[in-house]
Amino acid sequence: MIPASFDYVAPTSVAEALTALAEAGDDAKVLAGGQSLLPILRMRLNAPEKVVDLGRIEELRGVREDGDHLVIGAMTTYADALASAAVSEHAAVLHAALKEVADPQIRHRGTVGGALVHADPAGDVGAPALALGTEFVITGSGGERTVAASDFFQDLFETAVAEGELLTAIRIPKHTGWGGHYEKFVRVAHQWSIVAVAATVRVDGGTIAEAAIGLTNMGSTPLRATAVEAALVGASASDEAIREACAAAAEGTDPPSDLNGSADYRRALAPVLTRRAVLAAAGG
Amino acid sequence: MTAVDDRPAGAAPEIGRDRRRKEDQRLITGRTKWTDNIVLPGMLHLAMVRSPVAHATISNIDVEEAKAASGVVAVITGADIKDTQGAIANAWPLSAEQKTPGHLPMAVDRVACTGEIVACVVARSAAEARDAAELVDVDYDELPAVFDAREAMKDTVLVHPDLGTNKSDFWKLDSAEAGTGGNVDEAIATARESGIVIEREYRNQRLIPAFMEPRSTVVDPTGEQITIWTATQIPHILRFLIAATTGISEAKIRVIAPDVGGGFGGKLQTTPEEFITLAAARRLGKPCKYTETRSETMVSCHHGRDQWQKLTLAATKDGAVTGLKVELLADLGAYAAILGGGVPVLGAWMFNAIYKFPAYQFNCQTVYTNKTWVDAYRGAGRPEATFGIERIMDELAAEVGVDPLEIREKNWITHEEFPFTSVAGMTYDSGNYEAATARAKELFGYDGLRREQQERRDRKDPVQLGIGVSTFTEMCGLAPSRILGALNYGAGGWEHAAIRMLATGKVEVVTGASAHGQGHETAWSQIVADRLGVAFEDVEVLHGDTLVAPRGLDTYGSRSLVLGGEALVRAADKVIEKAKPIAAHLLEANADDLEFMAGRFGVKGTDKGLTLGEIAMATWTSHVFPEDIEPIIDSEATFDANTFSFPHGTHLCAMEVDTETGASTMRAYVAVDDIGTVINPLIVAGQEHGGIVQGVAQALWEEAVFDENGTLVTGSFVDYTLPTAADTISYVTDHTTTPSTTNTLGTKGVGEAGTIASTPAVVNAIVDALRPMGVNDIVMPCTPERVWSAIQTAGSDTAGSTTDNAQPHFESGAANQDDPGSSAEGADR
Repeated sequence: MIPASFDYVAPTSVAEALTALAEAGDDAKVLAGGQSLLPILRMRLNAPEKVVDLGRIEELRGVREDGDHLVIGAMTTYADALASAAVSEHAAVLHAALKEVADPQIRHRGTVGGALVHADPAGDVGAPALALGTEFVITGSGGERTVAASDFFQDLFETAVAEGELLTAIRIPKHTGWGGHYEKFVRVAHQWSIVAVAATVRVDGGTIAEAAIGLTNMGSTPLRATAVEAALVGASASDEAIREACAAAAEGTDPPSDLNGSADYRRALAPVLTRRAVLAAAGG
Repeated sequence: MTAVDDRPAGAAPEIGRDRRRKEDQRLITGRTKWTDNIVLPGMLHLAMVRSPVAHATISNIDVEEAKAASGVVAVITGADIKDTQGAIANAWPLSAEQKTPGHLPMAVDRVACTGEIVACVVARSAAEARDAAELVDVDYDELPAVFDAREAMKDTVLVHPDLGTNKSDFWKLDSAEAGTGGNVDEAIATARESGIVIEREYRNQRLIPAFMEPRSTVVDPTGEQITIWTATQIPHILRFLIAATTGISEAKIRVIAPDVGGGFGGKLQTTPEEFITLAAARRLGKPCKYTETRSETMVSCHHGRDQWQKLTLAATKDGAVTGLKVELLADLGAYAAILGGGVPVLGAWMFNAIYKFPAYQFNCQTVYTNKTWVDAYRGAGRPEATFGIERIMDELAAEVGVDPLEIREKNWITHEEFPFTSVAGMTYDSGNYEAATARAKELFGYDGLRREQQERRDRKDPVQLGIGVSTFTEMCGLAPSRILGALNYGAGGWEHAAIRMLATGKVEVVTGASAHGQGHETAWSQIVADRLGVAFEDVEVLHGDTLVAPRGLDTYGSRSLVLGGEALVRAADKVIEKAKPIAAHLLEANADDLEFMAGRFGVKGTDKGLTLGEIAMATWTSHVFPEDIEPIIDSEATFDANTFSFPHGTHLCAMEVDTETGASTMRAYVAVDDIGTVINPLIVAGQEHGGIVQGVAQALWEEAVFDENGTLVTGSFVDYTLPTAADTISYVTDHTTTPSTTNTLGTKGVGEAGTIASTPAVVNAIVDALRPMGVNDIVMPCTPERVWSAIQTAGSDTAGSTTDNAQPHFESGAANQDDPGSSAEGADR
């Protein structure tokens, strides 16, 4: 498990990191927490000429509140985000998903931003980020731009972050008072999600007033279960009504088939897991 | 002189005490000698070049670019070492007719599975070796390959064209022919007329022995002897086989298994990597090290299980079994490994299990495929058999319509009947299945869980409850040499121990059983402390180095304690025997007036006496020594058993099955094992808990999967879903004890018990949960998707059979396949 040799730089600011990336062109890889990149390098599935390690850029770490938004630095570890009271209060579904990421060791190394840019459709932070209407702050040589969640995930392992750019932060509109739950289905605890559902709802007087559902590993990117969301709004927060609304969870999805399950099996799981996620999010 | 109970008066006996393990601090902190920690002056590093294709002729290997790379000292191909590299031996040909392909450590002109080594790079650093290995350019002319054992049986594609067939050998045990029972075909014919015949095909999937420490070998060729450190279970056998296949004098080879991080049978092998590292070191005259990556472990350490089982069980209408016929197809992979076909053949004595079957027949066909070779994996042959019989006993219970424990009780050997000679001709010395079962039921809350199961069924709960039973036995203490000889095995099965009484009163114990995580150092110390009356702390256990412990047959098959422990007892008794005349001389007493107690020879009726430590000092100085006695009280003993030992137990498992997703979650697990005398209950608990989870993993999680090109798809822990503590519950373990009569200590062996018993308990529980829906089997591993598929189709399928998807091993229309929908005797609804 020895990677091919590469040049290594560890800048201490975003500006330095961008310069290092610009110099290396398309032969550079960005190292965040390394939980996906290092195995790839060690198994020699990729051999970049340069690795730009963001680990020493303090400005990329931490969670803060900015008016109606939570701002999570891209290099914030899963564990730090999980420990944040602000995340728990204003983005309950993300908090719930973070608890389910892999194992404690990985949660202390892996980063929220690294996972989002890696964009593995089985990763656990994409679907809650999508459901929460997250804005992605991307920084390049030309300055900062913000991309909506619906435009961020483009395909398998592909995002709106272009060559020479960095995801520097995510801005999550506060979902204060919303319930959230992440229903993750795996065979063994440390596994990637076979299917998972990120559900966040606002219940008002026994009725679901607002709902957002993100699906993990039901397509090449995280997906919104828009048909379910539409059916949930105005429905009573009861077992029966939620069951009915969630029946359409697999609509418009294109799940993979692999050793852990066929596409058909995943389509069958989606409504069951969505129902469980929504029920839990609604406090049921 | 008897030395059965020589403890100091008032001192607690060591045997039975839950001593913390002496070796754990160094093993857990890693501050010890793992092979990969060893660094020698001028040591070079190897990287292997492995075949990415399953079957091909090697037409050319271009090593020039690799040779020119930074730090590279040599690039070695099979052609370079073909006459000197030795061979990977099969020590257990099933018969003289067995077809056995030649197996060279490094392929010379053809590869027969992916991962086979075709070249190696030797460089000054491991990184340089790895870099250069990628520069070795191998031309493969691909040949047709076959990956499915049943397909391989057709011989249309040959794994080894020169053999002319893929069939390795056929082995049969028939109770009528052996005179140990009746004619099974007659029993089946009778049952077809007037009783019950259950016919099933079960699959034991292919598994990977995922030991914690990847394999590593260091060879130092400098000096008079070649020294080989290697992460192995079998240093003594490796030494013998290196000598036997390379022509190096055995006396010039020293093998050291330093601390070894687990094996589970996976290090019960002489590996290509060991021979290649040796060949490189000899060729270059420098110390060489090879340590595999985890990815290399997955594809190139031998795999386990991989067996198809066709079972035909005949019984009377009330469930008394009248005969069992077993037809196994065992996939050996590309080569016959060290035990090879012997592993499935061990099942011959185990399918009849704890039962009094009047007629029995065991047939085993071994076959080659273009996949990683298969050999021993924790339990080796016995888990496969236990799975088959315990699954089909549940099917019989369902057919008769009684509780699965009732059908077992109806057929098992009662405790009054021991010693009992089984229909397979094996004599079980002791056991009490009733006692273990009663205790397990009590701990499990069996009746309460059965009530809850019924309630869940009645209210159509989406989460159903199933209860699985496994009443197993196993044969341990591999193995009596005379039986091995009769089976054509290439070695004996004795074990050796030596005791060295040091002048300072310390005791060195040398054992031929080479531990790789079992805790021998602690357990052996306890045995010797009791036997010699010395302090636990004063006993040092030495093992694993053929120079220090020259005699031994190593650790596997739950053999260390029942054989090595008995050798130790005999060696200790010899120490006392040798010390006695010396004590008599020094005490100026008649030997007959001496009694040995609490580590001290005392003159009866006086307070005169000498401790063993004092006698050891007096022996060392020899200043005042009897003239006719050799000045030494060290001893050694070799023990060869007459028969196996037969641990048994009752395991009960409750599984909750989520019928909406197919997910199975363990609710409760109780194991009551009778392993005879327990030396250290803490070590035993560790073996049981670890063993159980390893068997549960076969039932639920693990499978080595190859794609249509023969590439291992589950080549990392991302896809080979090895469980962790987070996936388990806390198992309840307890014991009943009927001491073994085959050894002085009364021990039976525990290393494999949990793994052997737990797999069918779990699958039986899942099937039990779903049986009312018409499900009667789920193929292992019982993935959520397989369970879900079975439920989906069973609801609409009045035949009560699960789908092809859930049971891919069922061939519709094939021989020995009943149709549960139309055949009265096979129906299980």
